[in-house]
Amino acid sequence: MAIVDVKTEITGNVWKIVTKVGDEIDEDEPIMILESMKMEIPVAAPEPGKVAEILVSEGDTVTEGSVVARIEA
Amino acid sequence: MKKILVANRGEIARRIFRSCRDLGIATVAVHSEADADAAHVAEANEARLIGPASPRESYLVRDRVLQAARETGAEAIHPGYGFLSENADFAEEAEAAGLVWIGPTPRSIRQMGDKQRARDIAEAAGAPVVPGSRRFEPGELSGLAEAAEEVGFPLLVKASAGGGGIGMRRVDDPAKLEEVVEGTQSMAGKAFGDGAVFLERFVPKARHVEVQVFGFGDGGAVHLFERDCSLQRRFQKVIEESPAPGLAGEVRARMAEAALKLCRATSYRGAGTVEFIVDAETFEFFFLEMNTRIQVEHPVTEMVTGRDLVAMQIELARGTLPTLDQDGILSRGHAVECRLYAENPAKMFMPSPGPLDVLAFPDGMEHVRVDSGYRQGDMVTPHYDPMIAKVIAWGETRDEARARAAEALRATRVEGIRTNLAFLVACLEDEAFAAGDVHTGFIETRRGELLVA
Repeated sequence: MAIVDVKTEITGNVWKIVTKVGDEIDEDEPIMILESMKMEIPVAAPEPGKVAEILVSEGDTVTEGSVVARIEA
Repeated sequence: MKKILVANRGEIARRIFRSCRDLGIATVAVHSEADADAAHVAEANEARLIGPASPRESYLVRDRVLQAARETGAEAIHPGYGFLSENADFAEEAEAAGLVWIGPTPRSIRQMGDKQRARDIAEAAGAPVVPGSRRFEPGELSGLAEAAEEVGFPLLVKASAGGGGIGMRRVDDPAKLEEVVEGTQSMAGKAFGDGAVFLERFVPKARHVEVQVFGFGDGGAVHLFERDCSLQRRFQKVIEESPAPGLAGEVRARMAEAALKLCRATSYRGAGTVEFIVDAETFEFFFLEMNTRIQVEHPVTEMVTGRDLVAMQIELARGTLPTLDQDGILSRGHAVECRLYAENPAKMFMPSPGPLDVLAFPDGMEHVRVDSGYRQGDMVTPHYDPMIAKVIAWGETRDEARARAAEALRATRVEGIRTNLAFLVACLEDEAFAAGDVHTGFIETRRGELLVA
């Protein structure tokens, strides 16, 4: 079991968190949805696994490159 | 009219303030907490904070905007584009509060906001709409061939209950029609619980051309020619121009006439835009929708006609607009507008907010206009749309306008965030664009070439 960092590629606000810790998710499945400049942009799992940690809350501001969640792959 | 409140932000707020100053009218800005230091706030005579960063809690809160107008003694509201500009309830409330609404009547906003109603009005007024057939219930195939012939090929078989591209199949060959209709009826029955389908003409290579209109509210109206806005990504426009390249004068004239019919039929008041989809091969055109506000791309029209559309809106609202005669409105040369976005073209045009450490536009270039929402040192926040500025250039010919726009963009410097600056230059200098081969799939099909450049 490896812990994989999930990073955001954009700066924006956390709009909706659509998973919770413990959820099994597939590769490319959205963990949360960000909102930036009138666009909704999903942050997807880089590989399949189990959501280990969610490091942000809805409404938070996140910056490009920051780790927003971790999955156990 | 001594004071106008602009219920907007960024470049369009500044643009409207400019016309206000020209007309000797004082200005009121409204702003969110995130925009406290924004350029539009600094520039207005007065400013009022109306809430937190999120538009839902500030720029879209009707009561707060109206309260700001009351407190500052503004006599009129200009909504700009986006936000509350096409909100009929807000227009009504503003008028009920004794304010002058610088825009069309709430009734017009409502009529055109309902896409089906707008289509019906356009059709009744004699503007061409995308040919479509009646419904064909599940298992019903009689009359299909005749209906298809009337609609024309290629066509789409669409599930009545579908939407957003789901339950939609393209048919090019009349021999395949029955099979596809039966299949779609069966699929739609299972998927939507309604197996009815209809046929609609499909335009494989489409252009987006729109006509700028200006109505006087009494059934009279003039047009200020067309704009081609085919270059889009994610349904957002990137480059606009006037006149539309390669469009015969006769087609342009018919399109303008169709737009005017719509204005006369609705006694349209003020600036508006009638959008058409144009078949890039056959030049057939169909009514798409009408936007009941000033458009982002209005400067290209101003550059070729020499008119100030915002000043016209204000003058109409205060009752001082001089009589306008269609014959007196002329289009000269060619204008191109490029939208500078805070985005990363290499990553599917993902937003790229951040600090504008450097923002410098060409200074004093002849026939170049820059409408910017930001100054050097400002922050582009993730709360609003990604447009930083519009760079507009005019030339005697399209080539001259293109070259001038590219020169202006090359002289533009942005540091601190990623932008589409180089991508815009690549578009302007692309050989297909230079040849006027524009269509709505342009950026998608030529992305490879455009990103390498």
